[in-house]
Amino acid sequence: MEAIILQVLNGLDKGSAYALIALGLTLIFGTLGVVNFAHGALFMLGAFCAVTFSNLLQLSHTVIDETRTDFLGNPLKVDVPYIYDIFGEAVGSSIIDWAVPLSILFAIPVMIALGVAMERGLIRHFYKRPHADQILVTFGLAIVLQEIIKYFYGANPIPTPAPEAFVGSFDFGVMLGFDPGGIVYPYWRLIYFLFAAFIIAGVFAFLQFTTFGMVVRAGMADRETVTLLGIDIDKRFTIMFGIAAAVAGLAGVMYTPINSPNYHMGMDFLVLSFVVVVVGGMGSLPGAVLAGFLLGIIEAFASMAQVLDILPGINQIIIYLVAIVVLLTRPRGLMGRKGVMED
Amino acid sequence: MGILEVKNVGKRFGGLQALSDVNLSVAEGTVHAIIGPNGAGKSTLLNCLVGKLIPDTGSVSFEGQSVLGRKPHEINQMGISRVFQTPEIFGDLTVMENMMIPCVAKRDGAFSLKAYGQMMRDTEIVERAEHMLEDMNMADKREMHAASMSRGDKRRLEIGMCLAQEPRLLLLDEPTAGMARADTNNTIDLLKQIKDTRPITIAIIEHDMHVVFSLAERITVLAQGTPLVEDTPDNIKGHPKVREAYLGESSGH
Amino acid sequence: MTDQTTDTIPAATTSASPKAGGGLLGLTKKDFGLFLLVIALTMLAPFLLNPFPENSAMAQFNAGYPDLMQRFVIFGIFAIGFNILFGLTGYLSFGHAAFLGVGSYAGIWAMKLLTLNVIPSILASMLVAGLFATLVGFISLRRSGIYFSILTLAFAMMSFALAYSVLTPITGGETGMQLQYFDPRILDAALEPGQTPRANLFGLDMATSTNLYFGNWVFTLNVGYYIAAFCMLIAFYLSIRIFRSPFGMMLRAVKSNQNRLNYTGISPKPYTLAAFVISGMYAGLAGGLLVAMDTQVGAERMFWTASGEVVLMTILGGAGTLIGPVLGAGFIKYFENIVSKINEATLHTWFAFLPDGLEDVVVAMIYPFVGKGWHLTLGLLFMAVVIFLPGGLVQGGQKLVGLFRRKKADDKTASSHTPAE
Repeated sequence: MEAIILQVLNGLDKGSAYALIALGLTLIFGTLGVVNFAHGALFMLGAFCAVTFSNLLQLSHTVIDETRTDFLGNPLKVDVPYIYDIFGEAVGSSIIDWAVPLSILFAIPVMIALGVAMERGLIRHFYKRPHADQILVTFGLAIVLQEIIKYFYGANPIPTPAPEAFVGSFDFGVMLGFDPGGIVYPYWRLIYFLFAAFIIAGVFAFLQFTTFGMVVRAGMADRETVTLLGIDIDKRFTIMFGIAAAVAGLAGVMYTPINSPNYHMGMDFLVLSFVVVVVGGMGSLPGAVLAGFLLGIIEAFASMAQVLDILPGINQIIIYLVAIVVLLTRPRGLMGRKGVMED
Repeated sequence: MGILEVKNVGKRFGGLQALSDVNLSVAEGTVHAIIGPNGAGKSTLLNCLVGKLIPDTGSVSFEGQSVLGRKPHEINQMGISRVFQTPEIFGDLTVMENMMIPCVAKRDGAFSLKAYGQMMRDTEIVERAEHMLEDMNMADKREMHAASMSRGDKRRLEIGMCLAQEPRLLLLDEPTAGMARADTNNTIDLLKQIKDTRPITIAIIEHDMHVVFSLAERITVLAQGTPLVEDTPDNIKGHPKVREAYLGESSGH
Repeated sequence: MTDQTTDTIPAATTSASPKAGGGLLGLTKKDFGLFLLVIALTMLAPFLLNPFPENSAMAQFNAGYPDLMQRFVIFGIFAIGFNILFGLTGYLSFGHAAFLGVGSYAGIWAMKLLTLNVIPSILASMLVAGLFATLVGFISLRRSGIYFSILTLAFAMMSFALAYSVLTPITGGETGMQLQYFDPRILDAALEPGQTPRANLFGLDMATSTNLYFGNWVFTLNVGYYIAAFCMLIAFYLSIRIFRSPFGMMLRAVKSNQNRLNYTGISPKPYTLAAFVISGMYAGLAGGLLVAMDTQVGAERMFWTASGEVVLMTILGGAGTLIGPVLGAGFIKYFENIVSKINEATLHTWFAFLPDGLEDVVVAMIYPFVGKGWHLTLGLLFMAVVIFLPGGLVQGGQKLVGLFRRKKADDKTASSHTPAE
């Protein structure tokens, strides 16, 4: 029992990332009809927003500390972050400690701006082009974005720790009444899951309860009619692209303490996220979320030592295997609509 | 015993009974029109004939053989060709290639792995296709992209492609829908000419009464998924039930 | 994607009426001319690709060395095969590298178990890749559109993951597979301990090269390259035959309108499956040749980026055209090898003629795009092609020729007017 709960929990954090990326992909596909291969790059850019933000916080100037000396007996030079000058050392250092969660505030405007720029500058011209062209141009864009990041940040992963308060694990099993040590779960992973759940709920609520969301949903169902009603659907779709970019970016920001970001993390997630979207059913938002968590959890189970003893290597292929089975038994994925992306 | 026999066919989509207890017999060598108001189930019936849909009940047989459970291409190979409401042609290919494909299908069947021979040096097929293009008055459009032609020409090509297979039964699904008057009249003339020169049975689904009464020898009126009457055009014109169910409604337009 | 095909095919069919005759080898005049051009280019490649004298500053751009030329033709084969599937039927496979990888493994095992002669090895590659493609194609082709793409991707990623982990006994896992002197090789005489096994064609070592010297120029003629080039010529010839055959016409019909095809009594599935298997065998041939050249295999050959690369090659060159994939493969491999070799020092020597400050600025501006940054250039180039030249290089070439002709025509009309004045 403990083992099962533990694997479900282990699956949740990766599943959350899959679900968030797949959600954004589906929003873009559903609203704009564009297959966006650069979506993984948006996830990666989000992660590097966190890196950039924490670098910014740590920008320092050098002061000479007369009270201390280095080993030569000269006064010690100390780097003092500007942030200490503004907020004082105590507040400043905790701001730096909380860099990752705080960079959400930085990432949202940056990612929305990037998303809008991408849609206006590039994607817009590909609405009427075949899906293969869309795939190719966004694929090219993904390469360009990741190479730019590589140029500025290097090829090595950049460790970006979670705030001190959330480092470490807690014994989840004890809370549920199991023996201590049965289910030990890192704090940050739980936070990641809760964060993802919050974002997903937010997106759904936004689409469900706002006029804007209603128009977008109508547009997803029948674009032409909505245009005929005199609603400037294009403008709303641009904003939707910005929101999808922000969702991917936030998924990336919060993922940094789990895996140190590197320039190719977007591509690694993209391939799997596409599998997730297709398993969920192209164009279905609930399908994307469901499939994201489902595949994350299945992957966690397949990684159990007991399973690997019987089926070595299964953890490497399980997602693809599930995808094949789902696609063959349910032609349009778990919750797909008829006629989407079949031409 | 007609060339096409439809017996007790029913089809339900969820809560909608699209067809119920449809009986229809198309006599060999005739032009048989199926008319009815929107939503009467004409297209559903047609789709049941060509293997796109499988009826829930009843039987459909062509020349005494059941078509049920066969795939569209198998039914086509039995001798039934279909013309669609919006012309379905190979838009990326030339008119000549469009015409060659049914010729190859007629000769080589549903699949043949002739991956080495030159298509354009297959004189049998080339001559046959050229002949068909001449028949359709399209020889001058031979090298045109099919997609770049006018709607009327696309329709003409599609009908020609169907005829190239020498089908015994030609099904037409509103062949003049969305056409200008001139194109409609051209299509009527073409179909009349086909009827007079070829040993073929034609079943036509149509909305346009002008087309129906210019061509049909027998008419079945479908309403709410079930045949109302079947008779000659003259009798249909005056039939009170038909006026009520169909003509009355359409004369208002 | 439909435009690409239409740009080239009708032009070819026009000249291909039965009366047009012409040409040789069962090809039309135009196709035969194209084939001759490709023969000439591949046979003379060692000279054409080495236009700059040895030791000159431009020698960087020489591509006439065996290793790179082999890659040109081998990836050319890969792309030609991919084009038979994607260019003709429109089915976008994102997992074709799997067939290349499987072919490579089959090839190296034939060299381990049977003989170092490359012929059985290449045949084994094609056969095994063909069988694997039959299996993958049979399942994947039950779906179309992006679902098909994802299914092929899933199969390829599974193959990669398995080759990397569980199948290590047959694939060598992370280290890959190499030939050893102690491999059984039942058809060959045993090698001395420590002797390096070398692939050969009836005793002719693949690595044999002859250097020709003309003044400052050096040209390398390599056995392996010419064998691979010969295979590519056969592959290219067969692809022309397929394009012009009834089978090829049906494949284009599949891309154009499957519905009409169904209602014309033709079953699209066996056609697409046959195209899938043929293109899988082309990939297998490419994989077998890679092994024949460097006698080693690694699982990374099957990674999805490798599948993506062949898609890029085909589209960059022009999907659905005959010559496009070959051009695309050459272009990308050239970039990969040449641009990635340019380093900061090279740039400084090039721009040494500029004033110092300006030199540094120019070098700093170009540097991110070359050397390790060549992927950036590739990505930009790729976007540019998709945005401005959806038909690929071939379409670009046609546009240029069109412009040139129009200009010529203008000149003619202009000159014909002049006397009148």
